[in-house]
Amino acid sequence: MIIFVQTLSKAIALGSIYAILALSFVLIFKGTQVLNFAAGAISMAGAMFMSILVADAGIPFLPWGNPLAPDAGDTASIPMWLVHLVIALMLAALLGLVLERIAIRPMIGQPLFTMAVITLGLEIAIRPFNLDAVAITGRSVGIPWGTETWSVGGAIFPKSYLAAMVAAALAFVFVFWFYRSRFGIAMRAVAFDQEAAMAQGINVGRVFAMAWALGAALAALAAIFFAMAPWPPAGNVSLEIHPFWVFRVLPVVVLGGLDSVVGALVGGLIIAFFEIFAGQYLAQWTSILGPGYSTIVPYLVMLVVLLIKPFGLFGTEEIRRV
Amino acid sequence: MSLGRPLLRTSYSEDTAIFPTWFQKGAASFLLLSLVLMALGAPVFGDIPKFLLGNTWLNPVSKTLTFAVAALGINILVGVTGQVSLGHAFFMGSGAYTAVVLGGASDDGWRACIPFHDNLGLLEQQGECGLGLPMWIWLPASGAVAAMIGILVSPAAVKVRGLYLAIVTVGLVFIGLHLGRMLPEYAGDFESGRKWPKMDIRLWKEETPLVALNEDGQWFGLIYLSEEQKKFFFLLAVVMLMMWFAKNLVRTRTGRALQAIRDRDVAAEVMGVPEFHYKRLGFAISSFYAGIGGALFASLNGRVSPVDFGLLLSVDFIAILLIGGAGTIAGTILGTLFVELLPRMVEKLTAWMTSKLEGEGTISAIANFLLTSGQEGDFGPISISTTSPGWPMSVFLWNLVIYGVLIVVFLIFEPLGLFGIWLRVRNYWKGWPFSY
Repeated sequence: MIIFVQTLSKAIALGSIYAILALSFVLIFKGTQVLNFAAGAISMAGAMFMSILVADAGIPFLPWGNPLAPDAGDTASIPMWLVHLVIALMLAALLGLVLERIAIRPMIGQPLFTMAVITLGLEIAIRPFNLDAVAITGRSVGIPWGTETWSVGGAIFPKSYLAAMVAAALAFVFVFWFYRSRFGIAMRAVAFDQEAAMAQGINVGRVFAMAWALGAALAALAAIFFAMAPWPPAGNVSLEIHPFWVFRVLPVVVLGGLDSVVGALVGGLIIAFFEIFAGQYLAQWTSILGPGYSTIVPYLVMLVVLLIKPFGLFGTEEIRRV
Repeated sequence: MSLGRPLLRTSYSEDTAIFPTWFQKGAASFLLLSLVLMALGAPVFGDIPKFLLGNTWLNPVSKTLTFAVAALGINILVGVTGQVSLGHAFFMGSGAYTAVVLGGASDDGWRACIPFHDNLGLLEQQGECGLGLPMWIWLPASGAVAAMIGILVSPAAVKVRGLYLAIVTVGLVFIGLHLGRMLPEYAGDFESGRKWPKMDIRLWKEETPLVALNEDGQWFGLIYLSEEQKKFFFLLAVVMLMMWFAKNLVRTRTGRALQAIRDRDVAAEVMGVPEFHYKRLGFAISSFYAGIGGALFASLNGRVSPVDFGLLLSVDFIAILLIGGAGTIAGTILGTLFVELLPRMVEKLTAWMTSKLEGEGTISAIANFLLTSGQEGDFGPISISTTSPGWPMSVFLWNLVIYGVLIVVFLIFEPLGLFGIWLRVRNYWKGWPFSY
């Protein structure tokens, strides 16, 4: 029972992180019709920004140095850390804006696959910078609550799990609020019909930029909380979140449907549930299933679901016409 | 028949010909002849690749030829049939592992081929599976097995479309990687891999091969060739054969049906082109090419691990297709050469600049600006020291950056790829000195 509860909490925490990254996919896909394979590189760059802010330099141009540096004593407080987090997310959003402007904007209206391959190219081009900065050992993202845990009736819950869940909840609340705001309505209009939206006086370019900035920030958020969780790399950005980790999230996005916000949440939880529970309860069959079998469970789930529902659980079905 | 004006056709046979104009025939023969002369080390021709790629240029070029076979396959699937696939590495891997199972050497014989034999207690220890059959069996068989797997996968292409299909095929690559981890009796050690059968032509399992491609020596008692040259000529012959087959496929009824599916599958079906049949055929042929390419690549390398058939390889093929020009045979070959050999050229260039670091003049100033040894006071973006993974990045990482940027730049500025550039050059000159 204790193991079950612990496994469940782990699954929900991982599912929350998956859901945040999937949300980034969905926002960008809905807003700009681009399947963003570069999310992996962007998210890792965001985690790198966080690590640089927290562990190395601190906030640039401030006179008092870095309050969260390892040698600064116990000034590491949660509010201060959150300030750094927000700055890191803004930097990631800036990166998203730049990428959108130079690589995506000139290609509006091209086939879906061409756009997807452009983002693949971006992923490959950004990745070496991440690899280079991360080095082999990994870098700290400075968790204020460290590796502390709560113990409830014998079951152990790391505080990072709760943090991931809270982050996901906030991200989804924000996105739902955003969709009801003025910008969000504009974004939905553009997603529905670009030309009609333009005719209504909506600035499509600004909507694109907004979608990419938000998507990049969400991707970075996911990477930072993934790095903080107690599974390896445990508190570090490292090669464990290697840039192709975005492909771990593809099953989530596809399962929920590429253009469904609710689908991102449900898909994330379902995939993480299968992955974690398979890892926990099939462990005695490892000699036959092979080491690391739990990492392909998401793909198997995705294949089964896609063959039954080709556009995911909540995705909009595309009507084919001649 | 004159030298030929592009796009001017005076008869139907001319329209369907492989080389419609005399100019194209001449150019193709010249390219082939110069490749052969380069490999033989002829005076002028032999120096060009040596200058671009270094003295051991035959190895990377042979590897590129094996990739070209697989790239022709993805051209048929993505460029001609229009089914987006990121799973080409998986098909390539399945061909390669068929080759190693049929052709590889093993001490334990067929008993090592039963999955999980070490769990069942059939053998004392973990053995590697291999039947030791000759190449005329394992090479076609690797293509056939990959094609079978392609046929098994193809129903997904009818049910799932577009980007969703691409993601499903990404799943295939990861499942393939996991199979490599799961079945060490086929794949060998996950990190270091296992040995592949050598490229030599035997009738059956006799000791001395009929034609040994693996050692220097006389070929058919006619000409003295080194090992690399022999392999290069063999691979060149295979690539020519595969190109010929691909070109013929595209210009026949089947090829036209595949292109109709690409342009609009619903419309094609309305016109009486059975969608499922041709999608299955597209997958089968493409996987056949991938399987042959994979078997040749692994055999050429000698030792390959499952990690080599990862997602990055699939992305390589998509990049080859887009940089070369989707849907064209010549473009595919050009793209393969470009994508596979560009990193070598950059490395060669860096090595050359390193040798120019000492000295005076503009070149050494540029070299000094770009290169850094990683010591204090020596700035520059490219690191030539292999010790620290700090900011000045190594040539290897810069190659990746260049590769990614190239994909983006080509897609934005020249969606037809290198073939599109050629078209522009041709169209400029075809009416010269008049503009049209």
